[in-house]
Amino acid sequence: MSAGRAQAFWLRNLTAKIAAIPMILTSLVIFIGCSIWTVVYSFTSSRSLPVTDFVGFRQYERLFGAHRWSLAVENIAIYGVLTLVFALTVGFILAALLDQKIRFESIFRTIFLYPYAMSFIVTGVVWQWMFNPGLGIQHFVRQLGFENFTFDLISNRNTVIYAIAIAGIWQITGFAMVLMLAGLRAVDDQIWKASRVDGIPAWKTYVMIIIPMMRGVFVTSLVIIAAGIVKLYDLVVAMTNGGPGFASDVPAMYVYNWLFERANLGHAMAASTMMLLTVLIIMVPWFYMEYGRKNKN
Amino acid sequence: MKNEPKGPRPRKAFSPGRIMLYSILVVAAIYYALPLYIMIVTSLKGMPEIRMGNIFAPPVEVTFAPWVKAWDSACTGLYCEGLKVGFWNSVKITVPSVIVSIAVASVNGYALVNWKFKGSEFFFAVLIFGSFIPYQVMLYPLVIITRELGIFGSLWAVIFVHTIFGMPLLTLIFRNYFAALPEELFKAARVDGAGFWGIYWKVLVPMATPIFVVAVILQVTGIWNDFLFGIVFAGQPNFPMTVQLNNIVNTTQGIKEYNVNMAATMLTAMVPLVIYFVSGRFFVRGIAAGAVKG
Repeated sequence: MSAGRAQAFWLRNLTAKIAAIPMILTSLVIFIGCSIWTVVYSFTSSRSLPVTDFVGFRQYERLFGAHRWSLAVENIAIYGVLTLVFALTVGFILAALLDQKIRFESIFRTIFLYPYAMSFIVTGVVWQWMFNPGLGIQHFVRQLGFENFTFDLISNRNTVIYAIAIAGIWQITGFAMVLMLAGLRAVDDQIWKASRVDGIPAWKTYVMIIIPMMRGVFVTSLVIIAAGIVKLYDLVVAMTNGGPGFASDVPAMYVYNWLFERANLGHAMAASTMMLLTVLIIMVPWFYMEYGRKNKN
Repeated sequence: MKNEPKGPRPRKAFSPGRIMLYSILVVAAIYYALPLYIMIVTSLKGMPEIRMGNIFAPPVEVTFAPWVKAWDSACTGLYCEGLKVGFWNSVKITVPSVIVSIAVASVNGYALVNWKFKGSEFFFAVLIFGSFIPYQVMLYPLVIITRELGIFGSLWAVIFVHTIFGMPLLTLIFRNYFAALPEELFKAARVDGAGFWGIYWKVLVPMATPIFVVAVILQVTGIWNDFLFGIVFAGQPNFPMTVQLNNIVNTTQGIKEYNVNMAATMLTAMVPLVIYFVSGRFFVRGIAAGAVKG
């Protein structure tokens, strides 16, 4: 009897279950399975082929001892902080300015957002050209008569990551602006009326009332942009390919390099596990917050 | 208290505040537009003019030779066939990837809303969470999987990978869209005896045109702009345009031809830019739809 019930249970909505097979396989096999695979093999001595020779934390010890890895982590931290701060603040300011019943609003919005439609490779190549010390912006300013002007971020080991950050921020700000604008448009008009009645200046209304109200929008934008920062790869490939030397290396590039060029799987897996860990640290609290809030309602 | 008239104050055309507002916006717009401008003017100059002049100057003598060279004969390593190879590869990757990923994701969204089964929400949560996992974590296992399936290094592998990584966002926007439709439609169709596919094709798809448009825009731009999956899974003969562009620009051999590079960059950016400028509203809607994690 119970076997029949179990069968009926499985057969209910059978077509829907069959149709959902790609989703089930993707979530279980790819997202969970492949992640676990990577974590497991980070504890092996695998080189060009995966082998199950477990060596404990040796790959991690080597990873944390590697100068190139700490450079990559430092770079992504600089890039990440700069990108988050600038994308969110500039994005918000632009959105707030556009929200003042501007004429030609859609033209401005179109200009601010178009970089986001382009590939990181395109962005990287253009900015590489603009940063070109011989013929780019530096050359232009020197031609104007400022002979000693230097704007050579890209070929200097200490500043190259800032050049990449400038390009990255240029590309992503429009995205933040669109999210912020949607948030601002969702603010009840009554709040603006009330603050005007009370004679509160506009900037104060923004700081004291609107921004705290838009916390959700800020957090969402932050999480999406932060998840993108961890993945940063294409932009660096196009702009500097990690150079000069390894000065602009980032974790995603490090992993790629050890996977496909140096054929050291175990080491690459340890590095990608560290990337996964970073994302979990960002994501899990946010996931809890989102779902916790929904359960309360 | 002053006795002021009611209603909104009639706005003066040019108050100092407004002038300031517009000035800031115009300066910002110039900053954001500048790289596109530089791309275009550089691509229209000859190399001598680039060396003599400056990066901001408009071309004195407009030439389309860099564009022709970028399209037809620019070199990527050993091959000098130009970007056209990459362009057609990108078309061959993008068209099927967009169709397959949207087909799968729209059915997912539909099943999640109208045919909930035990665990369906769990799979969806994993999917959303998975969209934040760095690709590097899943890259090598996917190489193994595609190799076992016998498709590694072919267009099929890229299509497969794009379908997988497009799934979270697309499933989310279809799920949200279908969830907002009145449930009575679905119930009425069921009473009339329509099954899973009948309702999908006859009721939901015809009603979902706007969200399909959003999804197509999202996917075409996203897949066209992809670099990582193309370089890992497609194999040398199938490299998409972004990979070829990077190879042309960052090749270490020969003299750097910045005008050809910029023409190549423009050519690569063309498809997503045209889509963006033509379909601005839908593009923005795609961003908003993806950001509201339901």
